[in-house]
Amino acid sequence: MTGLEVSGITFAYEETPVLADVSLKLREHELVSILGASGCGKTTLFHIISGLMRPQQGKVVLNGKDITGCPGRVSYMMQKDLLLPYRTIEDNVILPLLLKGEKKKEARMKVSPHFEEFGLEGTQKKYPRQLSGGMRQRAALLRTYMFSRDVALLDEPFSALDTLTKSGMHRWYLDVMDKIHLSTLFITHDIDEAILLSDRIYLLTGKPGRVTEEIVIKEQKPRNREFNLTEEFLGYKRRILERL
Amino acid sequence: MRKKLQSIISKLLPAAAVMLLLIVWQAASTAGLVAGFMLPSPVEVMKAFAADFPLLMDNAKVTLLEAFAGLAVGILVGFVTAVLMDYFDWLYQAVYPLIVLTQTVPTVAIAPLLVLWFGYEMLPKVILIVIVTFFPITVSLLDGFRASDKDTVSLLRSMGASNAQIFRYVKFPGAFGSFFASLRISVSYAVVGAVISEWLGGFNGLGVYMTRVKKAFSFDKMFAVIFLISAISLLLMRAVNILQRISMPWEEENR
Repeated sequence: MTGLEVSGITFAYEETPVLADVSLKLREHELVSILGASGCGKTTLFHIISGLMRPQQGKVVLNGKDITGCPGRVSYMMQKDLLLPYRTIEDNVILPLLLKGEKKKEARMKVSPHFEEFGLEGTQKKYPRQLSGGMRQRAALLRTYMFSRDVALLDEPFSALDTLTKSGMHRWYLDVMDKIHLSTLFITHDIDEAILLSDRIYLLTGKPGRVTEEIVIKEQKPRNREFNLTEEFLGYKRRILERL
Repeated sequence: MRKKLQSIISKLLPAAAVMLLLIVWQAASTAGLVAGFMLPSPVEVMKAFAADFPLLMDNAKVTLLEAFAGLAVGILVGFVTAVLMDYFDWLYQAVYPLIVLTQTVPTVAIAPLLVLWFGYEMLPKVILIVIVTFFPITVSLLDGFRASDKDTVSLLRSMGASNAQIFRYVKFPGAFGSFFASLRISVSYAVVGAVISEWLGGFNGLGVYMTRVKKAFSFDKMFAVIFLISAISLLLMRAVNILQRISMPWEEENR
């Protein structure tokens, strides 16, 4: 099967159980959200999928290959942008290519066409601190994309932004996704954000966290800007609120 | 505009204070409040400086050479030590207290020993400077390496980075700031270290010149060389600042 399959993940930190039998699927070109309150083990789940941690039980399978506990297979974008302050945006973005052993010059050639696509034109030679929070997040996303075009894990990428910037970023994100077709697993605690962006939503609840519900958002993509004002949107929201 | 004015004033104030001090000093000497052979006036110091200028420069060359050689070795040794201690935790635990201990030994106390062991040439001086500069360099680099952001390291790990790559892309550039802070201290330590070790034995250098003029009771020359040494230290610290600005362009103001 192409895509990502996570099955039966159980994880305890020292004596405290964090995740219990979590299974989920991400098909090609899909955007799937994991929605849950803080502290239900979402970030731990991403650490496990990215290979940074090993679960006590369960498997992570990417395109039919077991990658449990192997870092370097799926790209991972954490909550903070984590751009290196001493590298220009361009040199930050090529970092994953450099880590794979590519030459700096070739790597720069490879990323340059994507700057426009991501709305980052003109920022190549700037340093992260010269950019706004929203732009930095875009750069971090481009870096994530340069790492792998298979699967991206995004851990609340927009949570540090203010509401206005955030809604602008959502529109931008939907536009970009329309162009680049990345398969994305997306962590959020923002219900609106989850409904607006996702094809499917998993609800992760309880302590230890388990997947209690899977919700399919049927709305066509690319989505209309007014989608979050429609009756359907509210219907989904009501349903999620009841379960959380 | 107002900000600019403030910055000009803040630059002028210390200069004015120094000027005032010199004027008071000169006045006191001219008025005969202090005996001229004990505290020469600034003008006399200037004259002595001008008269002995070629000799002072020759000696300064030697002292600077020692300082640079010692500093270079100190940085190299400090860097290697810091990298190893960062990589091997057991080494960190074993060696760190030892490094702190070396700093409690007074420089002036070991300098004569070094002269006894290594003679009157440059070697004992360079060794002394290595001992004094190596500590701030090692500690600052270690702190810089260890202060690397955990999340950033995790991110690079998730991209499959090796330890060497994490060092190259995160830890090493991250330690630049603290490295330069310690380098600023180290350059003045190096100059002072060179002078002290020259006091205790040698053929050339500002320290040797100092002991010579002291024995001749030439207080004016004594002051001339003291001012020269602090001027050298100041210039070197300034050079470190410039070097830092060049090596850390990301710290520049927003363009």
